[in-house]
Amino acid sequence: MAGNRMDPPRRKRRRAPTRRDALRGAGVIAAGAALPSLWLRRAAATPADMRAAIANVVGDAKLNVGRVKIEIPPLVENGNTVPCTVSVDSPMTPEAYVKAIHVFNEKNPQPNVISARLSPRAGRASIATRIRLTDTQTVLAIAEMSDGSFWSDSISVIITLGACLENLI
Amino acid sequence: MGALHRSSVSPGRGRTFVLIAAIVLAALLSATLPVLTGDIPIDKRRSTYEQMSADTKAMQDEDTANPGMLWVLDGEVAWRTKTGAAERSCADCHGEAPNTMKGVGARYPAFDTKRGAPVNIEERINICRTEHQRAPALAFESKELLALSVYVARQSRGMPIESTDARLEPFISAGRDIFTRRQGQLNLACAHCHNDNWGQKLAGVPIPQGHPTGYPLYRLEWQTLGSLQRRLRNCLIGMRAEIYPYGAPEYVALETFLMWRARGMPIESPAVRP
Amino acid sequence: MASALINVPAKAKRGEIIAIKTLISHPMETGFRHTETGVPIPRDIVTRFVATYNGEEIFSAQLYPAIAANPFITFSTVATESGTFEFKWTGDNGFAATEQAKIIVE
Repeated sequence: MAGNRMDPPRRKRRRAPTRRDALRGAGVIAAGAALPSLWLRRAAATPADMRAAIANVVGDAKLNVGRVKIEIPPLVENGNTVPCTVSVDSPMTPEAYVKAIHVFNEKNPQPNVISARLSPRAGRASIATRIRLTDTQTVLAIAEMSDGSFWSDSISVIITLGACLENLI
Repeated sequence: MGALHRSSVSPGRGRTFVLIAAIVLAALLSATLPVLTGDIPIDKRRSTYEQMSADTKAMQDEDTANPGMLWVLDGEVAWRTKTGAAERSCADCHGEAPNTMKGVGARYPAFDTKRGAPVNIEERINICRTEHQRAPALAFESKELLALSVYVARQSRGMPIESTDARLEPFISAGRDIFTRRQGQLNLACAHCHNDNWGQKLAGVPIPQGHPTGYPLYRLEWQTLGSLQRRLRNCLIGMRAEIYPYGAPEYVALETFLMWRARGMPIESPAVRP
Repeated sequence: MASALINVPAKAKRGEIIAIKTLISHPMETGFRHTETGVPIPRDIVTRFVATYNGEEIFSAQLYPAIAANPFITFSTVATESGTFEFKWTGDNGFAATEQAKIIVE
């Protein structure tokens, strides 16, 4: 009666490890060994770091939201060079002007980006520069006013990574 | 007649095997045959400039905001600097670059009669240095070589690319072979992306047609100025193909083909690209 | 060979707010990168930028590694009198560069 025969239970045959297995194992170990050294150095700023950096500037004062506008293109072609403009609503007279503009980020290895000092001679409280952003994140701008108040604005930026990179990550 | 009449055309067992074998063979052949897509029609050619964001375009358009211009400034100084055992500057033989170098960037790689092959701008500069200035050749991608080549290329800004020398034809052909040949671990040809799928997205980024209108250019990825050869090496690495060494004739053949492919398009050097 | 590109209008009206654009050649090595063999590349950045107008400071900035290579900084000032702008960049490893631009204010 062909087809009805019960085969003896198949014992799981452990074949001798092949060279492929050894290479695969070595690869896993090597990858594991490589990871820590990559990650140890690239400590990203934590939200706590950003808060500490902000506290350094603002101190105990209240951080208001408004009067500041930070502009970054929402979708960035390359995180290495991201145009960033910060403008503040201020008459820029000796009685009322923007003393400083500070920019912070969330996920770069360091929370500070730039700190600029202005005077009433600026005429307009507006600065522009090009920054680096490692990952999709929030960027925050704080304006320090001559009356001691602090105003801010933040923006979310998406960073994509292009294809055909020179260095394979 | 009975329903199970066997049609004389229906393949028997042996014929099925041959049919399947033929299909498999055709598949294998098409995997190794060069891509048969045509070139992009002349009027559909677009510079990568058009696919960039407004901010990146602005970076290229304004001379005082274009980082590539920093190298042009250095090149201007190098042009006038006497160097080598002959104590000669480029200006001593070539005069004022804005006059004498006009159009040069638009027609290089150019045929070199002595060598019987085209040479690109970087090689031409090194030939001048070693033969006429009696100075050592500048290393590929070195600051000095980039400064001189972008200074020369800059003088052709706005001029249409020229590729009319009949002597270049075998090299254009060799370049086209490389462009359409499948290579690397991905088994892709340049043409697959840049002829067949330009404008579509790859990893979130629009695929350019890949014209060399802006070289040497400031690539945001590099955060510095780089030559066309450097970019071609990037492409090969991206395709997981083996890269030719710097100065290899394959690059010159590719460059010659790419310039022919972009004939008539205006030079943008120094361009800015993501 | 640190070169810089400065964009300052050659002429302006008294009281007019003008935009000044500056671009300096500098790699801005962050200090967070390392070579293929894992050796860290030390930080080398421009840390400070100061602009003066006829000797008086009108703008300054503290730069961090998050500023892109070849730092580009744009700011504005009121054109008060004819004279000279001086821009000074200083940074790691004793980096120092100075550029000047003249303006005629009518």
